[in-house]
Amino acid sequence: MKLRHAGVPDSARVPRAARGGWMGRTLVALALFAVIGPFLWILTASFKQQIAIYAGQFPFAPTLANYAEVLFGRRSDFVGNIGNSLAVASISTLAVLVVGSLAAYSLHRFRWPVWVSAGFLGWTLAFHMVPVLTLLGPWYIAFRELGLYDTRAALVLTHVTVNLPMTVWLMSAFLREIPPEVEEAARVDGCTPLQAFLRVVLPLAVPGLIAAGILAFIFSWNEFPIALTLTSRQTATVPVAVARFAQQYETQHAQMAAASIISTIPAVLLMLLGQRFIVRGLMMGSVK
Amino acid sequence: MTRSSFVSRSFKHWSLLPGVLLLAALTLYPLANLVRMSVSTIEFAEGSEIWRFTPRANLAQLLADDVLRPALVNTLVFVVVSVAAEMIIGLALAIAVAGLVRGKQWVRTAMILPILVPPVAIGSMWKLMYNYDFGIFNQTLTALGLAPVNWLGSTSLALTSVIVVDIWHWVPFVFLILFAAVEGLPTDLLEAARVDGATRWQVVWRIMIPLLRPAIIVAFLFRTILAFKVFDEVYLLTSGGPGTATELVNLHLYKVFFEQNQLGYGALLSLAVIAAIVAFLVTARHVSVAVRAQ
Repeated sequence: MKLRHAGVPDSARVPRAARGGWMGRTLVALALFAVIGPFLWILTASFKQQIAIYAGQFPFAPTLANYAEVLFGRRSDFVGNIGNSLAVASISTLAVLVVGSLAAYSLHRFRWPVWVSAGFLGWTLAFHMVPVLTLLGPWYIAFRELGLYDTRAALVLTHVTVNLPMTVWLMSAFLREIPPEVEEAARVDGCTPLQAFLRVVLPLAVPGLIAAGILAFIFSWNEFPIALTLTSRQTATVPVAVARFAQQYETQHAQMAAASIISTIPAVLLMLLGQRFIVRGLMMGSVK
Repeated sequence: MTRSSFVSRSFKHWSLLPGVLLLAALTLYPLANLVRMSVSTIEFAEGSEIWRFTPRANLAQLLADDVLRPALVNTLVFVVVSVAAEMIIGLALAIAVAGLVRGKQWVRTAMILPILVPPVAIGSMWKLMYNYDFGIFNQTLTALGLAPVNWLGSTSLALTSVIVVDIWHWVPFVFLILFAAVEGLPTDLLEAARVDGATRWQVVWRIMIPLLRPAIIVAFLFRTILAFKVFDEVYLLTSGGPGTATELVNLHLYKVFFEQNQLGYGALLSLAVIAAIVAFLVTARHVSVAVRAQ
């Protein structure tokens, strides 16, 4: 199934038959309210004093104290957590793009026996469907034995693995859209397969790389259970830190709200900058 | 032979190699290790591991695990109810948004947000909103003169509250898939039906939904599989409580592994979960092949 409308043009020709009535518009309005309402609620909570949250005050005197406490408080490592998350997410994204696009190209271009290609793609798909919780035990043991427990390297390795299926499937879908004649031409001009891949195929697959890259970055930034079990204080990522605010003996609601808002910043930025790619990526990942 | 020509000639092989190595080291080997762990008791003493071969004890523990049954039942309820609700609301929303004359893009932008933000942030958000003393729901109820409700703390309501969060989180995903499918429907066909005197409802029921069936099946399968993977939000909201009211298989796995430190028994549970999912996939494949052949 192809996405015909990559960017939905406003006031596109909506056929009269498909035009909704008041019920449709009410439903859309309700849905928008339901989606945006909770974000606004937690955003306002993050600017309230804890006491104002408890009293349910509105209007309230806005304060940046929660953000200051989360970022620079004496007992907080949040800046370190952000550093860990940024490092793990960017390195694992770069790595998965390299490994994933190479694998996708190899399966796409070369004649592999069916058991290799089907085996590889089937295995990634199956792995993608199994809850990651089932592999955390063996990962924990293996990384302890290797001395990689509680390191960012362990997180990078696992995040690359977790994002590999999505990347390979997405890149395969994008590679299939490149006409084979383009590569033929490169070959005729004397390019080796490697040169054809680097100079001709990859530049054409840039939209795919961006889509896969954005999704991989966000998945890695958001990932919680692996980070929860393979890290401790020094290497904890942002989601682990957010969960700590919620899980402590006494939940610190105001700081939890501020930390949550900070944790959503990459998603919001990437959504605004790369919506086109994200939608295309999510679609191809699921529909193809 | 120069180095560069060697690299290009064997490009076929080494291009696939990193992926294969990664999958072998981090999925295949751990899977094999799960089998070995599942028949063992593993203890940590002074930094070293002590493995003992205890297949019977692990199996006995599986049979005697009285959290497992509620966890299975809750997971099943969770998956069935949340996926059903997500499909219905997502489909209705896709058709409604496709019927808007303007503003489609804005709606779609807003809808992407819940898919992208960290699930942990979604958990915190709803934890605040569900709060008994000052959450938005109880504030509204008391303002209306009604009694506050213990959304997450009551055994009868907690699972429903958790399911609502999942629906909120994933309706947008179903919406995105189905919205693209609705936008791809042949407009002249819908127009012709209207000209022939079909009502709007008839167009939706008799023409749009049958044509959307492939996309609906895809969205359904995806959501079902992803719903089994739920962990983050529930860990934050209730951690399975009160009692076992919101205990899910994944939460139970986490607790067995990392709170009770039972790596051997946890491995046995993991294998059971993997087997169940493989069985589901095989069945789903047969069903979808049968449906498509109709």
